[in-house]
Amino acid sequence: MARPPRNKNTVRKKAPKAPAQDLHKGYRGAALECLKKFGVKVWSDVLIDSSRGRFEGRVLPRAESGDDQHIVIKIASGYNVGVAVDAITDIKETGYAVAHYKIPEKEFPFKEGRPFVKLLGTGGTIASRLDYRTGAVIPAFTPGELYGAVPELADICNLETEKLFGVFSENMGAQEYVVLAKAIAREIEKGVDGIVVGHGTDTMHHTAAVLSFMVQKSPVPVVLVGSQRSSDRPSSDAALNLIHAAKAAAESDIAEVMVCMFGPTSDLYGLLHRGTRVRKMHSSYRSTFRTIGDVPLATVNRERIAPLRDDYARRRPGDRKCVLNTAFEERVALIYYYPNMYPDILDALVDLGYRGIVIAGTGLGHVNKPCYPALKRAQEARVAVYMTVQTLWGYVHMDVYETGRDMQRLGVIPAQNMLPEVAYVKLCWALGRTDDLDEVRRIMLTPVAGEITDREPTNGYLILQGGLPEVEEFISGHWK
Amino acid sequence: MPTITNVRPFGSLTDDDYRAMGFRGGLEIHQQLLTTSKLFCRCPAGIYSYDYDAEILRHMRPTLSEMGEYDGTALMEFKTRKNIIYRTKQETCCTYEMDDTPPFDMDEESIDIGLKIALLLNCNIVSEMHIIRKQYLDGSIPTGFQRTAIVGVEGYVPFRGRRIGIKQLAVEEDSCREVGDEGHYRIYLTDRLGMPLVETVTHPDMETPAEIAEVGQLLRRLTRSTGLVRTGIGAAREDVNVSVAGGTRAEIKGVPRLKAIPRLVHNEAMRQRALLDIHAELKRRGITESSFRAVVVDVSAAATGDRQNLPAAAAKEGGHAYAVALRGFRGILGARTQETKSFVDEISDRVRVVACLDRLPNVFDDETSSRQLGDETWRRLRRKLKARDRDVVVLVWGPAEDARLGADEIVLRAHEATIGVPSETRQALADGTTGFERILPGPDRMYPDTDRPPIKIPEERVAALASELPEPIWTREGRYREWGVPEDCVAPLAASRWAETFEKVVEEHGVEPKFAATTLTHKMKGWRRRGWAVDDLAPSDVERTFSLYGRGKISREALTAALEAYLSHGAPLRSILNDLTHRGKVTARLPEIAKKVERKIKVRRFPNGPAAMKRYAMGELMAELRGLVPGAELAEIVTEKFLPKAKER
Repeated sequence: MARPPRNKNTVRKKAPKAPAQDLHKGYRGAALECLKKFGVKVWSDVLIDSSRGRFEGRVLPRAESGDDQHIVIKIASGYNVGVAVDAITDIKETGYAVAHYKIPEKEFPFKEGRPFVKLLGTGGTIASRLDYRTGAVIPAFTPGELYGAVPELADICNLETEKLFGVFSENMGAQEYVVLAKAIAREIEKGVDGIVVGHGTDTMHHTAAVLSFMVQKSPVPVVLVGSQRSSDRPSSDAALNLIHAAKAAAESDIAEVMVCMFGPTSDLYGLLHRGTRVRKMHSSYRSTFRTIGDVPLATVNRERIAPLRDDYARRRPGDRKCVLNTAFEERVALIYYYPNMYPDILDALVDLGYRGIVIAGTGLGHVNKPCYPALKRAQEARVAVYMTVQTLWGYVHMDVYETGRDMQRLGVIPAQNMLPEVAYVKLCWALGRTDDLDEVRRIMLTPVAGEITDREPTNGYLILQGGLPEVEEFISGHWK
Repeated sequence: MPTITNVRPFGSLTDDDYRAMGFRGGLEIHQQLLTTSKLFCRCPAGIYSYDYDAEILRHMRPTLSEMGEYDGTALMEFKTRKNIIYRTKQETCCTYEMDDTPPFDMDEESIDIGLKIALLLNCNIVSEMHIIRKQYLDGSIPTGFQRTAIVGVEGYVPFRGRRIGIKQLAVEEDSCREVGDEGHYRIYLTDRLGMPLVETVTHPDMETPAEIAEVGQLLRRLTRSTGLVRTGIGAAREDVNVSVAGGTRAEIKGVPRLKAIPRLVHNEAMRQRALLDIHAELKRRGITESSFRAVVVDVSAAATGDRQNLPAAAAKEGGHAYAVALRGFRGILGARTQETKSFVDEISDRVRVVACLDRLPNVFDDETSSRQLGDETWRRLRRKLKARDRDVVVLVWGPAEDARLGADEIVLRAHEATIGVPSETRQALADGTTGFERILPGPDRMYPDTDRPPIKIPEERVAALASELPEPIWTREGRYREWGVPEDCVAPLAASRWAETFEKVVEEHGVEPKFAATTLTHKMKGWRRRGWAVDDLAPSDVERTFSLYGRGKISREALTAALEAYLSHGAPLRSILNDLTHRGKVTARLPEIAKKVERKIKVRRFPNGPAAMKRYAMGELMAELRGLVPGAELAEIVTEKFLPKAKER
């Protein structure tokens, strides 16, 4: 059986080191020639004469995505401007000073009696800084440097940091999940009072779900945190999120895998979401993470943690044990069904040797009839197929319509009210543990960490609709 | 005690006095562009309203710039711990302005207008615009930075036979409108936020306060000459940079009117001079940056048991008070720094802004406000601080953290006096003085915007825009000189709103350039001085009046008289002009009027000779014919008709 290709984006080996002396960072082609011709380099102070007049400033590295037709300089007022290579008649070097980026990194002030929190870094925008080479925000802050930027952390806990990897969250994969889960278990065994995981926000809910399954019965809080506005900007939510997360890890009584991110878009409080019920719901809003189909675990601000419910796993002081199970089958796919979908997509997955397929179906959990033969084929190839709903809210109900019953006969198993991404990672985890599809079914349908709930409270589905008088009245009366 | 400083009132210095003190001034002009949408999102521009649908609360944290340093302003703003409230209205604010959505494409129309203005100002146009984030931690922009991009650098405008350098011109987004700032809350409206502006920065090439206002006027007229910018209240806002020899560049923000500039700038120059004098005095006393000493003591009610003698705010539950002894500072706090201010105001300002202690007075001291507390209290405070005669004691009070921060600021500001003039942003106050706003930010607050790629400005685009430019003011000036316009009228006229009218009446109505020019500059200036609403004069009315003159229907005097009558009485200009032309046929009435005057002369004696008689005759005729017959013509009549008769006698 052919293994599916591994995700090529996943960072598995160290990036090659940059040459020791790159004098023309990022410049290539005509721009590089031009710099060389006039004997100047990046960080040279220059006077550029061009057909558009004179420009004075310091040569900056060129972003990789930029063309090879311009030289970028920083002028005295701090602005950057680009000068076209073909307009340049002369460049004189008037000075040269290499810029050194220094981000204040301070040793964390340890204080007797404060809870001990471990911060595990994975990358993403909570840990980022600017990079000249790409002109972009890249994950590069070490967790230790974070303290230099957020000294309030010292009032909350004794913090130790460890950078596990530096990847954008979309590049998180099986290997990272396993490393992360093992690191968490190791820290629990060491006796930490809480764990914070710095994570990019895009797939934070995937990781939160994976960790909920891989690290069970944690005696301490495991809090995932990130930021929607990069930490290089004054309005960033990174610092406050980190403060909230550290607070939750250090002090909260909730010993679960949680996501801690902004409640409203205002700088008011964070929400602690159960790791299996949370989802990123807006591409850019600060308050993007929402608990789906239920209410969040708690609110957290600088002063206190206020639980919104009581049915959470309690912290177990003195206990250093958790249940670690890092099984993970990568040959599982998550398919978002759309009308007119051809069955060949399902066929292809079966042919490629995938062992599990999670479908995000329409409405109560449907796909079109033309897919039925492909589902039957999957069943015969002993591929585990689970149905979730793309409406996100609500349960799969495959007994309401005839079509649903047909699909169940073809081996499609309703995944209750598991979110599609949660069902996906759980199926990876379940298939990693066993080949026995009945056992897989038992694992899938037995709630481990709240991924399936027996009931949906009426306040679990609240999407306020703007424009309605009562909603507008509500909005005008509260900080958003 | 001899006075330490010498603050001279506005209006008492000559241009040479300013030059002698090494006065330099520059301008930063923010001009809104006339576009339909905002710069980085598609919200409408130019719709203002005070009501709102929702509020959002944010805080600002200082961040690292790409050079890896914290900016001074940034740290100060962070110290203030302000709660920033944004008021949003659905029609004028989307999730972009509130920093919940990344920016969209930069508005092309705005780029074109920016390029045009840069070309008008003779700037070197960049080949690639790089969007930069300029940090503002006062909360006036929710992102904490303004997106801004340079379109041109190193231009100039001709001014009085020399050049005023234009350092740079940027297209950028406007900030919020502040509607409240009290204690730890600052409130902003978001309707103006994100509207496109051009920011024009001049070199500090102005040598007197008056010149700054004049150049401001020139630049304003220039940008307006494109017809592509907004006008009206708040559409153009000036910041003024001021320094004197030995001083430091201070930036005066929020100058309401160009006319307010000279006094503000004078006061700021005087303040810098005063701070230099204070610095010299401290040096004379042996107090330097390193030998400076101050002591802070917690004198909260709880700590002293002296509840009744502390200010009410400090005595309140939870209120704290700190006393600061500034060693060797006696006499300094009362030293004049501006027309209505002394050094203690420098301290009080800092405490107000940084510690959010904005209920004034927020400090007492035993030099300038010792009567606010009993002698016994001061004695006790002095004992506590081990203050000697040469020391001065300052008291600050308020909520615990604010009071402590206030005490620190007192020490910091006093310490800065030993160094010289701090680099500050100062706010323009109504009485023409300035007050501390924040530490002047440096280039460290600039870093690239990573949300948008650079924008290429190809040669063709620049060439196309260059061909659409309005005529530059200096070209106009050259033409006026050729026309024989008196030199003192050339520059003011070319930059005035009457330039277009002037050219029309000369070219289309055949009016002599010299007459039209002097009327539209000197006369207008005189009328304005009399307090007449010259700005309300419609160019079309003025043109009509000149055209009547050009066609010989009214005399020069009549033209002047008509405009004066209009400005002084407010009667409709049209009816004044009708009146003048209707009485028309004046020449026909002349013999009759002359006879009348002749009769009057006959019954009078002129012991002082013919000249007196001439004056009398002219006066009488003018009274009858005021403005209807040119003066020269009347003089001729008088000389021919009456003088000979006088001689006869």
